[in-house]
Amino acid sequence: MENDLGWWAVPLAVLGGAIRVSTPILFVSLGEMLTERSGRINLGLEGTLVFGAMAGYATAVITGDPWAGVLLAALAGAVFGLVHGLICSMARVNDIAIGIAMMLLGTGLAFYFGKPFIQPVAPDLPSIPFGWWSEVPQVQAALNVNVLFLAGIAAALVLHWGLRSTRPGLILRVVGDSTDAARAMGLRPAVIRTMATALGGAFAGVGGAYLSLFYPGSWNEGISSGQGLMAVALVIFARWQPVNCFWAALLFGGAGALGPALQSVGVTEGYYLFYAAPYVLTLGVLIATSSPNRALAGAPGELSITK
Amino acid sequence: MAVVEAQGTGGGAMAALRRAEPVVIPVLALLAGLAVFALFLLTQGKSPIAFFGYVWQGAFGSAFSWMNTLSRAAPLLLAALCVALPARLGLVVIGGEGAIVLGGLAAGAVALPLAGVPAAVGLPLMALAAMLVGAVWIGMAGALRHYRGVNETISSLLLAYIAIALMNHLVEGPLRDPESLNKPSTAPLAEGLRVGMLPGMDVHWGLVFGIIACVVAWVLVERTSWGFAARIAGGNVRAAEVQGLPVGRLILGFTALGGACAGLAGFFEVAAVHGSANASLAAGYGYTGILIAFLARHNGLAILPVAVLLAGFDASSGLIQRRMDLPDATMQVLQGIVFMAILMSDAAYGRLPFFKAKG
Repeated sequence: MENDLGWWAVPLAVLGGAIRVSTPILFVSLGEMLTERSGRINLGLEGTLVFGAMAGYATAVITGDPWAGVLLAALAGAVFGLVHGLICSMARVNDIAIGIAMMLLGTGLAFYFGKPFIQPVAPDLPSIPFGWWSEVPQVQAALNVNVLFLAGIAAALVLHWGLRSTRPGLILRVVGDSTDAARAMGLRPAVIRTMATALGGAFAGVGGAYLSLFYPGSWNEGISSGQGLMAVALVIFARWQPVNCFWAALLFGGAGALGPALQSVGVTEGYYLFYAAPYVLTLGVLIATSSPNRALAGAPGELSITK
Repeated sequence: MAVVEAQGTGGGAMAALRRAEPVVIPVLALLAGLAVFALFLLTQGKSPIAFFGYVWQGAFGSAFSWMNTLSRAAPLLLAALCVALPARLGLVVIGGEGAIVLGGLAAGAVALPLAGVPAAVGLPLMALAAMLVGAVWIGMAGALRHYRGVNETISSLLLAYIAIALMNHLVEGPLRDPESLNKPSTAPLAEGLRVGMLPGMDVHWGLVFGIIACVVAWVLVERTSWGFAARIAGGNVRAAEVQGLPVGRLILGFTALGGACAGLAGFFEVAAVHGSANASLAAGYGYTGILIAFLARHNGLAILPVAVLLAGFDASSGLIQRRMDLPDATMQVLQGIVFMAILMSDAAYGRLPFFKAKG
């Protein structure tokens, strides 16, 4: 058996890593995209992600069913989103600052309640071995795709269709583009934004459950490396389009997998610099796509960060 | 804010009441947040009375605990300024952690060739390097905002992640002291380049510089034409531009100044606490600083008591973990709840019946 792939191991590991690492980023960014399309920004999804990871893991440990964990993580995420949405509906309350506070509270609560669950082992989410045709273990490892990754693709497609061709999608877009127009149509922007934030929170919760129940697949306090925050920038990069969110998440996942992949073939120089690759990429994208004179193309009109 | 509604009906007493509003509302919000946290403790079967008793004991109950609290307050004062100064321009900068980390690293790196130099020359050089690097780092977020329209909240946070990666890279690689085995660090500072303790106290000089920085920041914002211009721009950028105020220079200046404060915090962490630059620099002061700045409504003088209060919670954390069997994250829950309460209180301005002008 010839398993020494040499340098070929790098792109293969990056591909596999992109698929593995991108799934939580995809879910959080879809959630953030939904929230932002309604005209609000939720910086607290980082906290939601971490709490979802804890809640999902704890539920899976207790019930023995990882899917129950995913469900509870989604519910917990929806509650966090609901709280964010309701508070932001109050007069003069800054959605960015509330997001930072929710990030602090979410991670704090997750660490508080998560202490007893650092040791126990939870059952993993199932994955599908798309690499069965190959004899090379690296190929098999790279193509061992989790069910949630496929669910994320499906969600991106459904959201794409939903935003474009359904009545709720139209309502969301109107509320996001103009509070006045929405009011004139007899809509209640605050209620719709709160609902969108809650749904967005549920997505982030599922992203968290993936982290603790599949990859890296355990619960600890360093589980998130800022995916919830990266998602905020990623959504801008993706121009608030669900399908673009998928491609962007894949790109970010690949960038994040570059360091470990190079390390596996013996390149350890600059490991920490490769670790920074997704953040540098995000910043570069923001700089390249922003403009001081006009709002970003495709940005919801009511969004505070791009106005 | 409330002054706009002044109608001259109530005379002096009403005016005094309205001036009290920006103090009373945050204090009420703080108390409300603590009350919610007390309820949280009750649901956990823990006594809030015992909790706050231990906070008092661990933070302010003895000379020793006061020293502990004040030592922790020193970096928090400077970290809070990194948020508070740009905030007066309406900017939400949350990446102070990055400036602390790189400032500390710069201080540690500059100290290497300065080993034999007297402290009176070496320490200012190290502090200057730290402040310069911090100013550039946060100033970058300001520049990106002004020249490219990049949101400063997100860019400063990304820069913080990049800063920590950069620090890890340099500390593990080019700047690593081969002697540091378990925890990669820069070479330890020469004995002459350590910042000492305040006379008669177990608190380093960073506290004094932090207090000075807060007072200077308050004077700058509240009592100079620069600060006045910044507050105008923070209220309405368009109006400030129409008035011919140099909005761009204000943004660059205030973000750089905030970054310099955070960099100085990094300098004291290295020169007074750790003795070399390593991963301990990313201790989360930058993030606690955000909370302090918001609690203090970005007022330099208000930062002083708020930072001491938050440092006190931090200082009593160990005691509470041991005596009450609560996890260390308890303090983070407390901070999160208080933060939410403070932000929600923004909705209360001009609404409380107590402060409403009659007539």
